[in-house]
Amino acid sequence: MSQPLLKVENLQQFFPISRTYTVKAVNGVSFEIYPGETYGLVGESGSGKTTIGRSIIRLYNPTGGKLTFNGRDITGKMDSDTRAMLRKEMQMIFQDPMASLNPRKKVADIIGEGLDIHHRASSRNDRAEQISEMLKKVGLSPEHAARYPHQFSGGQRQRVGIARALIMNPKLIIADECISALDVSIQAQVVNLMKDIQEETGCAYLFIAHDLSMVKYISDRIGVLHRGYMVEAGTKKEIFANPIHPYTKSLLSAIPYPNPEVEKRRQSIVYNYAASGIDYAKGTEHSAGGSHTVLATDEEFAAWTGKQ
Amino acid sequence: MSEQSKTILDIRNLDISFKTNAGIVHAIRGVNLDLCKGETVAIVGESGSGKSVTMKAAMGLLDSNAIINSGEILFTYTDENGAEQTVDLLKMSKKQLRQNFNGQRIAMVFQDPMTSLDPTMTIGKQIMEGMFLHKNMDKKAARERAIELLGLVGIPDAEKRFRNYPHQLSGGMRQRVVIAIALSADPDILICDEPTTALDVTIQARILELIMDIQKKMKLSVIYITHDLGVVAKVADYVDVMYAGKIVEVGNVNEIFYEPKHPYTWGLLSAMPDLDTDDDRLYSIPGSPPNLLHEPKGDAFAARNQFAMAIDEKADPPLFQVSRTHFAATWLLHPDAPKIEMPKELQARLERARKEVEKFK
Repeated sequence: MSQPLLKVENLQQFFPISRTYTVKAVNGVSFEIYPGETYGLVGESGSGKTTIGRSIIRLYNPTGGKLTFNGRDITGKMDSDTRAMLRKEMQMIFQDPMASLNPRKKVADIIGEGLDIHHRASSRNDRAEQISEMLKKVGLSPEHAARYPHQFSGGQRQRVGIARALIMNPKLIIADECISALDVSIQAQVVNLMKDIQEETGCAYLFIAHDLSMVKYISDRIGVLHRGYMVEAGTKKEIFANPIHPYTKSLLSAIPYPNPEVEKRRQSIVYNYAASGIDYAKGTEHSAGGSHTVLATDEEFAAWTGKQ
Repeated sequence: MSEQSKTILDIRNLDISFKTNAGIVHAIRGVNLDLCKGETVAIVGESGSGKSVTMKAAMGLLDSNAIINSGEILFTYTDENGAEQTVDLLKMSKKQLRQNFNGQRIAMVFQDPMTSLDPTMTIGKQIMEGMFLHKNMDKKAARERAIELLGLVGIPDAEKRFRNYPHQLSGGMRQRVVIAIALSADPDILICDEPTTALDVTIQARILELIMDIQKKMKLSVIYITHDLGVVAKVADYVDVMYAGKIVEVGNVNEIFYEPKHPYTWGLLSAMPDLDTDDDRLYSIPGSPPNLLHEPKGDAFAARNQFAMAIDEKADPPLFQVSRTHFAATWLLHPDAPKIEMPKELQARLERARKEVEKFK
């Protein structure tokens, strides 16, 4: 197998609230992303999935652990060279397309900002050309370049966000809940677009979402997060066909099925961490065959899989 | 007729425009809708299709630039003396609505629990507010009832939580409080406007199950406004599919999910990610909804419809009857129309869905 594009080892991200109280948002999470693949991170709100995304792109300073991207260490203080590489090769698409676009800038300037900062356009014409090329790629027309974000619909705005990320021709795009704010039919359009772009450019995605059905559609491998711990990870087949951790089971059971006769009879599985007696801090990683891993103590693992 | 099938809310031919700087926006173009006692109706559609506006009209919450061109919203209720009354909510003044109907007989759960609660008031106070206004309860009785309601919506330690402020609760808990407030005056109708869109899947399932449970206990009639067909499948008895200010297909939930007739419904169903297949691509409805500033000629969906015929650009299709409860507004159902089947992928999917039902029986 080729070298991983991004290697996250034992990532910790703590936020001290007061002298005595620290929020441990991410607590020892490890995973790898290979070039051209899509890794899905799922979990409920507060599980730390967004924090992981933001730590990786270094919007936060990780408390502990090691991040290796593109063969270089991006933890701690980076030299200017590494920093420029990180800012070029890793991009992010945010959740709320209205809040993440500057309302006072034209679309051309929003998309072109990266080009300006990294001096990637040789002339004014070249810049305009690259921007209109990118607009076409995400399904907008070049005339849209002179418009402001408020003149677009939600789906179109998210396309602008994608264009802004793509213009740097990154190797990894972190998509943080990038379709959650959109309508169902528009979600499908945006997900298809992201898949097309991946095929064309070979970029990798870190797809962060709480909607498991969409995650299944786009991801190759999935990591399930809860309370800052990665409770289960594996390929999408392994996770969907054979969920082991009770939290994953509860997540899967909560997906609404568009099938009324079945849906009306089905009750979702309730998972209560406090009452379950599971302590994530005590768990270690157990392999359940292939790349499928579960965070559990030995006894828990035996009980969940039914094997000794 | 049995008690169950009595119509409680009857919207007839509702037609609403909004006056904006850019011109008149014809947002609702002749909507008919029935809600029977104890039943659940779901209104499905994309944003901008007019589903929220329809319900806001019933609550008298329309913005001041709204013009009601025609229509009536008939609400049937039993008054204090036990007599049955039917009133047209559109003819009421805002004051009358506020004093006699809003909150008291028709209550609403809004989309975003973060913004629909007052951050400066304890949640207990916010729940009691409605009881003081509508029921003239004394403080002690209201307090007891509020704690009971908090228990009913599944908030542990209700006594303690009573004194909490909204920011001390999580999103799911806040939405439970909003539901408790809506239930505080024993309404007849509960309108849920995207009640779970801002919440996680796990919490979504919990909240939906909670509303269904309460509905059974209190014999509520519920209207859901949503764009998530998975939610609809779980909760609804009847479904109204809305597009560009019109209802394009209505039927009971099985008819809509197993035998959809309108191409827009086909599109919506196909766009749902399917957990059973490994298709590479998701089906998506091409284009975006029309701008109602310029009212489309003919069928509003024609531009996005791969099955559109010449007539679709000339005349708006009427509602064709499919069965006793199932209607769809598409020319494909006209006797002279060519026989067009739904897309193969969707057929296969519905076939699988039916098989799955067999397994459950």
